[in-house]
Amino acid sequence: MAISFELNGQRKAVDIDPKTPLLWVLRDTLNLTGTKYGCGIAACGACTVHIDGEPARSCVYPISSVAGKKVTTIEGLSADRSHPVQKAWIAEQVPQCGYCQSGQIMTAVALLKKNTSPSAADIDEAMSGNICRCGTQQRIRSAVLRAAAEVRG
Amino acid sequence: MTTLTNAISRRTALKTTLQTTAGTALVLSFDLPQARGEDEEPVVNPLTSWIKIDSQGAITLSYSKSEMGQGISTSLPMILAEELGADWKDVRVEHAPSKREFGPQGTGGSGSITTLYMPLRQAGAAARTMLIAAAAQRWSVKPADCQAHDSAVWHGNDKLGFSELVEAAAKIPVPDFATVALKQPADFAIIGKSLPRTDIPAKTDGSAIFGLDVRVPNMVYAVVARCPVFGGKVKSFDAAAAKSMKGVLEVFEIEPAKEAHSCGGVAVVAETTYIALQARNKLKIEWDEGPAASESSETLRKEFRRVVDSSMKVVLNEGDLDAALAQAPAEKKVACDYELPFQAHATMEPMNCTVHIEDGRAEAWAAHQAPDMVQMVVAKVAGLSPEKVQVHATYMGGGFGRRYQADFPTEATQIAKRLNRPVQLVWSREDDMMHDFYRPASYHRMNGAVDSQGNITAWHHKYTSTPISEWFDPKAAPESSELGLCSQLPYLTGSYKLEYAPAKSSVPRAWWRSVEASVVGFVLESYMDELAHAAGMDPYEFRRRVLGPDRLVKDALDAKDRPLDTGRFKGVLQLCAEKGDWGKPMPAGQGRGIACHYAFHSYVANLAEVTVKNGAIKVDRIVSAVDIGVPVNPDGIRAQVESAIVYGLTAALKSEITIDKGRAVQSNFNKFTTLSMKEMPRIEVHIVESSKPPTGIGEPGLPPTAPALTNAIFAATGKRIRKLPITAGDLA
Repeated sequence: MAISFELNGQRKAVDIDPKTPLLWVLRDTLNLTGTKYGCGIAACGACTVHIDGEPARSCVYPISSVAGKKVTTIEGLSADRSHPVQKAWIAEQVPQCGYCQSGQIMTAVALLKKNTSPSAADIDEAMSGNICRCGTQQRIRSAVLRAAAEVRG
Repeated sequence: MTTLTNAISRRTALKTTLQTTAGTALVLSFDLPQARGEDEEPVVNPLTSWIKIDSQGAITLSYSKSEMGQGISTSLPMILAEELGADWKDVRVEHAPSKREFGPQGTGGSGSITTLYMPLRQAGAAARTMLIAAAAQRWSVKPADCQAHDSAVWHGNDKLGFSELVEAAAKIPVPDFATVALKQPADFAIIGKSLPRTDIPAKTDGSAIFGLDVRVPNMVYAVVARCPVFGGKVKSFDAAAAKSMKGVLEVFEIEPAKEAHSCGGVAVVAETTYIALQARNKLKIEWDEGPAASESSETLRKEFRRVVDSSMKVVLNEGDLDAALAQAPAEKKVACDYELPFQAHATMEPMNCTVHIEDGRAEAWAAHQAPDMVQMVVAKVAGLSPEKVQVHATYMGGGFGRRYQADFPTEATQIAKRLNRPVQLVWSREDDMMHDFYRPASYHRMNGAVDSQGNITAWHHKYTSTPISEWFDPKAAPESSELGLCSQLPYLTGSYKLEYAPAKSSVPRAWWRSVEASVVGFVLESYMDELAHAAGMDPYEFRRRVLGPDRLVKDALDAKDRPLDTGRFKGVLQLCAEKGDWGKPMPAGQGRGIACHYAFHSYVANLAEVTVKNGAIKVDRIVSAVDIGVPVNPDGIRAQVESAIVYGLTAALKSEITIDKGRAVQSNFNKFTTLSMKEMPRIEVHIVESSKPPTGIGEPGLPPTAPALTNAIFAATGKRIRKLPITAGDLA
């Protein structure tokens, strides 16, 4: 039976093994590849998306649990890289290889939804579950602060 | 036997091969054919290959190296744009196809800028000269009275845009690259400016295409079950349960490929990655584990000790070591052992490759450090000639040396041969971590002495490791891939003896970020700190002293390599010490450490500040000073140094691969942990102003990171760390 959910504002229905993690539905069934596979065990954060506004690890999130919910992926943040976090990521020249950055950005967006004035410790806490092997952590800190300033206006 | 690498080397006229030192094995030394004209190469017209200018004024510049986050898709085009006289706003960039006119595509050894700086300047200058000639003809004026800048040729106030000139210019004879007039560095408008990277916007909205993001019509997905024991093979397998799963298309065995060092195993092809992974779990495979099954980290450690206790090959022996040691009083002698583990690359994007073979042709989509090598690999495995193989280079989700291997393109081609549709081979994280080509493990026995004036009188280094060279060529001298600066010591020593012998191991190994420098940097700079302490000297002043007068030091085993300059060594040390507040008092429990290294012709000094409290280490700040000649894109350079420092800190503080029953113990990021945001220090990078030819920076920031840290820990606690990674018990 098809499982229905909302993806970046659009209705989607997929007829698939209900245990299939959302990650693979996004990537292989819907060909929406901005959300990345990094570890498959919720240990690296590369697959982070928002489900009903909360950050979630799509690699361990069965599609059956997504039924009726709203999913936002990196592709759904803005049509033109105009989200304050995307702008900050470009201004601070954060990405290197870039593979982890979809997950980093989605985690940062979730943080700023809850806290528009994060302290250094808040940022470190929120971002500590996302691995970056290129070592962009320092620029991520700067970019989150920059984005927070823009969100506050 | 002709190895794949040799075949590739000949084809691309490389001067260095796998059998030379590992650092230069990654395609360091080549010349663009048009630069020196040494091979029988046609004259290449830069206006028809490297530089494309359309009628709207867009300038498309090609880059021939692979983008893995190091910013090469920005910095190489910057060099072309500079000499061309392009306005950077008009520039687009694109990856060059695998064609001879673009030279070898292999990307590694921090060699892209080193090898391409001058050829690309020449190519850009040749194109500029041709555009100016076309404009001068149009105006009937002397070319010498014209200038090119802002994407136009100017004569006084008259101006012709490049787009108006390119058709005529492309027909003008190409000037001799060797004598074409280059810009004066004082006139540089692009080189030396921090320009935003061209690849970054697409990496903020999910649109950048990595290897795993390739989607081709009718494509299916494959995974391979490989023997977890290194070198093990399939004895038999039962695929019934796997084949009965909905969405599973094929299950078959693939053979190990010796040249590519691929494992072989059982391939599962399915409609989605998830189904393929689930079906793989249902395979019943009996493995022939082979002789490696008895290896463990403990047996390897015993092997290391057996080797250093036995007679080893004397690689270098200068002065009278025995006499110097005999004369030194006990308190001026330092004897100690250092030990480093295997390390996985753990790129964020696991290995993968997409291949489609049809009608005597093949297409491959690969996140690879050498797309031209993929072309050779696919052709060989598919039984096609290379010109029948088209390779599409995607962005790489990290490289660090891992994506220089032929194993995953080989497997993908083996699988594609059995199918009549495109297939994407996906490695799980576990596959990636358990079947890496690891940074070698090594063991070092040091013995030496200083005198009362602070001179090093004796330095004895007995070095054993699981050498890279031996893995690829059993006939190669095992030490040829391992020694790095051990054969080019910048420090003055009264006597110096270097011995090496390989340790037996079945664990695959190859180039990990900074290769042997990641090992040698830790050993040399840790030992220097210990000698300084024995001499009763400040470690910074001690280094400056024993670096001696400014002079050039050759590699004793490679006279052709460019010598290092001890003056530049002192330059980075001094800048690092100044910026890092060297000598400024610190509270109890805090410490500052310094270390410097020379790798890939670049000079780096790093300083670490740490706080040690109740045995827990907090890295507060890393200050780095680098001398890499002309800085092409300074912000890109800072990013690479930040990157190498974090990679080095992870290897010093967090990660390692240990071996049990012939397999890697760590299989995912829950066990192979990395530096987290909470553990991240502040990093400051300072670049020495220089007009020397530029060198690479993807790797050189790494080697002095671990020793700066452990030297800082010593300053804070008086405890020496001689085995990496640092464990909780070390400072308890």
